[in-house]
Amino acid sequence: MSARVVVLDYGSGNVRSAVRALEHVGAEVELSADPKLVAACDGLFVPGVGNFHACMAGLRAADGPRLIDVRLAGGRPVLGVCVGMQVLFDGSEEPSAAVEEGIGEWPGMVRRLPAEIVPHMGWNTVRAPAGSMLFAGVETESFYFVHSYAALEWELPVADGAMARRAPLITTCDYGTSFVAAVENGPLSATQFHPEKSGAAGLQLLRNWVGSL
Amino acid sequence: MALAARVIPCLDVDAGRVVKGVNFVDLVDAGDPVELAKAYDAQGADELTFLDVTASSGGRETTYDVVRRTAEQVFIPLTVGGGVRGVDDVDNLLRAGADKVGVNTAAIVRPELIAEIADRFGAQVLVLSADVRRRRLRDGAPAGGFEVTTHGGRQGTGLDAVAWCARAAELGAGEILLNSMDADGTTAGFDIELIELVRAAVTIPVIASGGAGTPGHFAEALDAGADAVLAASVFHFGTLTIAQVKDAIRAHGHPVR
Repeated sequence: MSARVVVLDYGSGNVRSAVRALEHVGAEVELSADPKLVAACDGLFVPGVGNFHACMAGLRAADGPRLIDVRLAGGRPVLGVCVGMQVLFDGSEEPSAAVEEGIGEWPGMVRRLPAEIVPHMGWNTVRAPAGSMLFAGVETESFYFVHSYAALEWELPVADGAMARRAPLITTCDYGTSFVAAVENGPLSATQFHPEKSGAAGLQLLRNWVGSL
Repeated sequence: MALAARVIPCLDVDAGRVVKGVNFVDLVDAGDPVELAKAYDAQGADELTFLDVTASSGGRETTYDVVRRTAEQVFIPLTVGGGVRGVDDVDNLLRAGADKVGVNTAAIVRPELIAEIADRFGAQVLVLSADVRRRRLRDGAPAGGFEVTTHGGRQGTGLDAVAWCARAAELGAGEILLNSMDADGTTAGFDIELIELVRAAVTIPVIASGGAGTPGHFAEALDAGADAVLAASVFHFGTLTIAQVKDAIRAHGHPVR
């Protein structure tokens, strides 16, 4: 039976591509903010484009932070993409009239990329750690990024010794500095790039995620 | 490891069909935007740009349908430009499946539109498209500097092109699509001076457009500071493949996907 995925519908930009890409790799996809569906699906995809604070406001209006918490408490998979990844941190220094805190699943702030030309726009390669489930088979491929802010530091312990099996796997990318391009942390995964816009490599990453559900 | 230089084919779409002659082998229907988008994706295009040249309002619905059908089957970024007048047009295009929207004349008429779009959807969706020509005296002699035009280069605006690009970037454009109307269609190469001037004036990505004829031309535009290169006819007529262009770019030391 194919995995049931909900793409969280909270008014964030172009979500159609995410729906189609997930369908393309075999998931049964629903675009919804219905708490019952969000809680019950095999995987929750959290999109996000535009301003961090506007996304957080939209997410709060849809009760997103609580729904995500409830899923994670039950070990049920969640994948955040682009600003949908950034909101998982404590907050962002992106300017806004109304400043919102992040969901805070992970410590740290999202900061502006210290690069000459921003946004970071286009295809870039990443450093995926050994044992990555998301990047299996596409470790050396390029992925499509479009963002001006990112988590520049990962502040939790990473895989090491006895913790190796349970510690988060961190994938980094370079643009002006090293930044967090993807996280695999138990049921909670995220990518700063857009797998749904990253051609065959992105589809493979989504296939890996859907296959794990 | 580094950000790859992007190679972007551009398709003119009128009432749901690709116009301006496309001569692609192996296509059942060379006028179908979705078929062409798939073909370019398979060739290794890094993004696609649709320029909606439809004049009628009824045709706009058809354009949304084209964007919708393309976004269902092609999983690389899609920019749609042409006829975007306000925030609602942007909203409609994004909802249909566009990732970025090109804005041209409407921003010249009312520059605040750039900020309105960036505030609502984020700077990354807004590609400021500037049709630029060299200033000339009445007798055609160069007058120095570059001017922004409308109506496909036929009508001057008096705006200095470099200053306009800088202002658009300040207002919140995420990217500049820099079209040289002098070079367009010549296949004699991009306008290198124009690219260098705009590159020095903005800190957002610059897409060079107009004048591509050989693979080496694309590399020269990137040498001059462009982050991406866009072309139409050389790809549509099969004069050049995306792979040939990428080989030349790579040989010039620019990373490609």
